[in-house]
Amino acid sequence: MLKNLEVELKQKCQNGQKLLVPFITGGIQGWEETLQAFEDVGADAVEVGIPFSDAVMDGPIICEANDIALSAGTTPDNIFKKVAELKLKVPVIAMTYYNIAYRRGLANFSADLKTYSFSGGILADMPFEASSNWLEAGRQAEIATILLAAPTASDDRLERIATSSTGFVYAVGLLGVTGEQETLATSATEIAKRLKQVTDTPVLVGVGISTPEQAAKAVEVADGVIVGSVLVKKLLANKSPKKTAKLLAEFKKALN
Amino acid sequence: MSEIKNAPTIDGFFDEFGGRFIPETLVPACEELEEAFKESWADVEFRATLDNLLANFAGRPTPITQAKTLSTELGCELILKREDLNHTGSHKINNVLGQALLAVKMGKNRIIAETGAGQHGVATATAAAVFGLECVVYMGEVDMMRQELNVFRMELLGAEVIPVKTGSKTLKDAINEALRDWVTNVKNTHYCLGSVMGPHPYPMMVRELQSIIGKESKIQCQEQFGRLPDIVVACVGGGSNAIGIFSEFLDIPDVELVGVEPAGGASLTKGDPGVLHGSMTQLLQDEWGQVLEAKSISAGLDYPGVGPEHAALAASKRARYVNVTDEEVISAFQLMTQKEGIIPALEPAHGLAYIVKDLEAKNSAFKNKMVLLNLSGRGDKDVDQMMEHLKCLKI
Repeated sequence: MLKNLEVELKQKCQNGQKLLVPFITGGIQGWEETLQAFEDVGADAVEVGIPFSDAVMDGPIICEANDIALSAGTTPDNIFKKVAELKLKVPVIAMTYYNIAYRRGLANFSADLKTYSFSGGILADMPFEASSNWLEAGRQAEIATILLAAPTASDDRLERIATSSTGFVYAVGLLGVTGEQETLATSATEIAKRLKQVTDTPVLVGVGISTPEQAAKAVEVADGVIVGSVLVKKLLANKSPKKTAKLLAEFKKALN
Repeated sequence: MSEIKNAPTIDGFFDEFGGRFIPETLVPACEELEEAFKESWADVEFRATLDNLLANFAGRPTPITQAKTLSTELGCELILKREDLNHTGSHKINNVLGQALLAVKMGKNRIIAETGAGQHGVATATAAAVFGLECVVYMGEVDMMRQELNVFRMELLGAEVIPVKTGSKTLKDAINEALRDWVTNVKNTHYCLGSVMGPHPYPMMVRELQSIIGKESKIQCQEQFGRLPDIVVACVGGGSNAIGIFSEFLDIPDVELVGVEPAGGASLTKGDPGVLHGSMTQLLQDEWGQVLEAKSISAGLDYPGVGPEHAALAASKRARYVNVTDEEVISAFQLMTQKEGIIPALEPAHGLAYIVKDLEAKNSAFKNKMVLLNLSGRGDKDVDQMMEHLKCLKI
């Protein structure tokens, strides 16, 4: 039985817990074991990247992972099947770009996510104005359609995004693409604060969360964090799901 | 406020193509640009400033030239619109001067650009020098090798050229890097996109800035030949020179419009609808939606997508899109050089290559017709590459 992502996350928030959602690119060596290991160290949900050839929201680390995965012949179908086989207990979210979903048909893509036991999806290059078909497809397939909210948005725009996003709201923590940052941008807590004022949906900050200290700082305001590039970098470097999950465990410790 | 002819919908769609598919972060910047452009385009003072720059800096109007020898030998009346005579050597300057003015108006002190063949990069670096703007140009590593001279020209002009080492290391990847830069530096940076592609308002805005090519051509043909051309031909990568010259003839059904793509980047004849670099368009892609690499001798046309308005014109059949091989282009390049004394860029050599191909075919559509070819740029930048190529052939 698939649980409703938003209900599950809200419940945890109500219990005073801060949420931790790690990201890993599907198709790089050890990605499936890493997802399992993430669950074991207490991830609240996991995000799987379906690689795209032209990932404009991603920095060098995730782009490298995309290139490696695509060169190895990774397809959305491979990733779907493997995720279904893993039978994770935590919700799984697919993160990709519009053309990957569009090519399959937005309705088919959403239905397939559901079939292969995903709880939600994120399209990184789809702004709010282009989201209506995707939101409808998600409703039909009963998966969460998580929208991104950026620091450049007006209050009014943030409210509209937060109202339409299901599962959680993905607060983009800084002006920029995914990657490592030495310090937490002030924009991260600012956007979390602005979103918290307009929505009851959980607000998770992603992009630019690179250390447990930064994560701890972000959740002083946000409901949780999404951690991607540092984990992908770790897995690419040492090919060890265990060591990668150990890094995630440090984030977990810092959050609660 | 002056009306924009054949404008896209409020969301930036030309029929089913176009729109705005970009990360959330960039939406306010696109909205700001759209507003600034619409306001400026209707502003007499802005237009006068731009017209002055086009005339006294870029050297407009560019002439039209009768290609007499080729006309006789090929069997049509061939007229060349001489965009190669613009300052910086191509039509790219038309767009860039307009966007640089807009950047200044919006208070941006930094402009970034992508470039394939280097022509748009050189034009942007030039405008940045004129307006005192910081300038960064992204260029694929493969293209930097093919167009070494243009890289140095940009650096001379004070721009920083950043090599792009991801993906196919060509134009497509340079655009990705420019978009990543824009997402990061959007507050002080204007992205000076070089073609009629990208998110709304770029396809509309760049078309309007390039429509000067069509406006002049139309008047010049009337004045010098007492009539309009039967057929207008232009090469298509992203498609800005083509839209620029087509735009003034769109509403005249008797004028046939022909866009020529490289065989290795023929998104309009071999592509499917998809989203790349901010718009829905015809795209070379695999069954999963991964974008394929285009392959062309011309760095300026090495692009797997195409401007959305071209996709719409192809669907409505208002324009016809064809393609030619690298070999056909090289022959046409030599032909124009030897017969007309004009060294064309490899990009517009695609246009001539198709004209030759058509006139050699049994059922020629161009026979005895008045054909207007947009000679979008000069070939100095390609001389090194051609030298290498022709040397290889001799061995």
